[in-house]
Amino acid sequence: MAALSVALTGNPNTGKSTIFNELTGARQKIGNWPGVTVDKKVGVVEYNGRKISVIDLPGTYSINARSQEEQVVSNYFNENKPDIVVNIIDASNISRNLFLTIQLMENGIPLIINLNMMDEAERHGIKIDMKKLEDAFGMPVTNTVGRSNASVRTLLDVFTNTRMSNYQPSELIKAHIERVKTIRQSNSAASKIEEEIISARYDLIDKIMASAVTVSAAGKTLTEKLDLFLANGVSSLLIMLAAFWLMFQIAFNWIGQPLADELGGFFEETIAPAATEAMASAGVAGWMQSLVSDGIITGVGAVLSFVPLIFTLFLCLSFLDGTGYMARVAFVMDPIMRRAGLSGKGIMPLVMGFGCGVPAIMGARALDTNKDRMISILVTPFLTCNAKVPVLMLFAAMFFPDNAANIVFLMYVIGVAVAILMAKILSTTTFKEQQSTFLLELPPYRLPDVKTVLLEAWDKGKGYLIKAGTIIFAMSVLIWFLSNFNSDGMTEDMDNSYLASIGSAASTVFAPQGFDTWESGAAIVTGVMAKEAVVSTMGILYGADELSTEDEDIQNSAQALFSTTLGQTFTPLAALAFMIFTQLYSPCVTALGTIKKETQSWKWMAFAFFYTCAVAWVVSLIVYQGGKLLGFE
Amino acid sequence: MTLKDTQPGMVVRIDSLGDTELKQRLMTMGLIPGTRVEILNSAPFGDPIAIRIRSYNLAMRRDDAAQIEVSQVS
Repeated sequence: MAALSVALTGNPNTGKSTIFNELTGARQKIGNWPGVTVDKKVGVVEYNGRKISVIDLPGTYSINARSQEEQVVSNYFNENKPDIVVNIIDASNISRNLFLTIQLMENGIPLIINLNMMDEAERHGIKIDMKKLEDAFGMPVTNTVGRSNASVRTLLDVFTNTRMSNYQPSELIKAHIERVKTIRQSNSAASKIEEEIISARYDLIDKIMASAVTVSAAGKTLTEKLDLFLANGVSSLLIMLAAFWLMFQIAFNWIGQPLADELGGFFEETIAPAATEAMASAGVAGWMQSLVSDGIITGVGAVLSFVPLIFTLFLCLSFLDGTGYMARVAFVMDPIMRRAGLSGKGIMPLVMGFGCGVPAIMGARALDTNKDRMISILVTPFLTCNAKVPVLMLFAAMFFPDNAANIVFLMYVIGVAVAILMAKILSTTTFKEQQSTFLLELPPYRLPDVKTVLLEAWDKGKGYLIKAGTIIFAMSVLIWFLSNFNSDGMTEDMDNSYLASIGSAASTVFAPQGFDTWESGAAIVTGVMAKEAVVSTMGILYGADELSTEDEDIQNSAQALFSTTLGQTFTPLAALAFMIFTQLYSPCVTALGTIKKETQSWKWMAFAFFYTCAVAWVVSLIVYQGGKLLGFE
Repeated sequence: MTLKDTQPGMVVRIDSLGDTELKQRLMTMGLIPGTRVEILNSAPFGDPIAIRIRSYNLAMRRDDAAQIEVSQVS
């Protein structure tokens, strides 16, 4: 017997994903719908010996193909005839939810109407007569309670026992479909026809509501009371800052980064030497040993060490999203974001950019319009991610010992200023045709479902690992090759490697900025691999002992490095220009790989690389030459 | 008056929607002439605003609210 196919559809914020997760648990596959960055979730359950394959369609308010999500749902129903379609409805918000239901019925899709969160609806004074609703549509009506596993499992019973062919649309629905047909045949303009049809749907909804739903006046809901603080006035800004601060503490100080350090250390100190030893005793050729331990293991280690950080950040974000708070953040930030040509929803990915660009770029997919997504992705690299901090701190400590903190802060400000400026420029040039809009549902505050939060964070972390990982892996091997070979073959001496040649070639570009040594050229090239590499490359090339980038050792490292020839090669002004360049130029390989993945385009990845380098070059030039004119050196 | 001119706490009824790019999206979200709207709160600088309509809360920019003609109910 073929698997029973079930499709879940419904508005956003109806608990649809939670139901899907309860039904399928970890037995789900997450892919991408072709051509768009919308998750495709499919899971398989066995119930009473019957295989049930469940697909979770993206949450949409309608199927008018105005957004990627709506397009996916509309295409899906054009191309597939699942055995059972379940329309998940937030019972406390039934009126607007029924809009999609009616539109689906117009398209001749028989469906089970599942009222979710009936308990919440009743608390809000909304009573729904399920029998009357069934009569109104002619379709079966079921109900579930938000997070109750047992109540969700009863759906499986319904799936296996319901024959949709036994149900026919009611006379009411048939009459509505006729009415829509008549409107479509009229000679009005297309937009007028569409508006009339929308009105006709709400006409029908009001009719059904009057017969099947009673709404008794309830006082202010808890959500409205909370919003007086969380989404109103000055308090909302303070609370938002506190929430961000807490999230960063968790990700970068308490959980994520410490775990990442452990993992990175494990690779460097345990796996790499063990592999080298194993290969040595097996008599593997020297270049092969070096490729495996310096290229592959180091590269893979770099990929893996991002994972705890990304997982923790996404865990926090999924949690905040599940509570409904993220919609308030977008609400509060919209007026500020609008000035840069973006919508309020764009703030979240950008804030993440101060931690790490990779989750920030991935987070952009939650934005509404292509314009918002692209601009967010393209300006994220200018922000001061955690990997840039050691570079900035070290240089600040070396060349501006009295003002180190101020100089580092200045770099943050320059990063933000350039990001805002470029967002503004991009939104009025490249993406000027597209509108950034802001129309956002503020869902009621709810305690998020643990399973859903965990699964969401896991999916994103895994997606990063697989897709970005392959590119990073390839780049690691490439950089290894460049720093260990020259035209004569393998070399022990990095000074003679391809990297050195590239470095000196690259450095000629930086003559007007005052840092045209091949060492800084090479540092900048390896910095594309990972921004921290700027420091370690400088350390190796200038022959300082092992440089530590740990906070407490910055002073020592700075002194050690400064006492080499590096101290004389840079004037303070050139060092400042170098810092600014490092702050702004190309995102690291990991971030570039993520940009490729998210934009599904090599072209945009290349654009991100070249335009950030160009901007960095120009800004550092202005600072250096401007500084010289003003008499600094 | 338009939805832009309302104050938190007011209850209004929608009279008509102006022709904007958002018109169909607004209608899809349930802003149909005759619908009851309660004005809730607004972001720190008074924009965007939050409204309650058909038992749910929706946020929109003042510029878009200016396209919606309303009359006060209470």
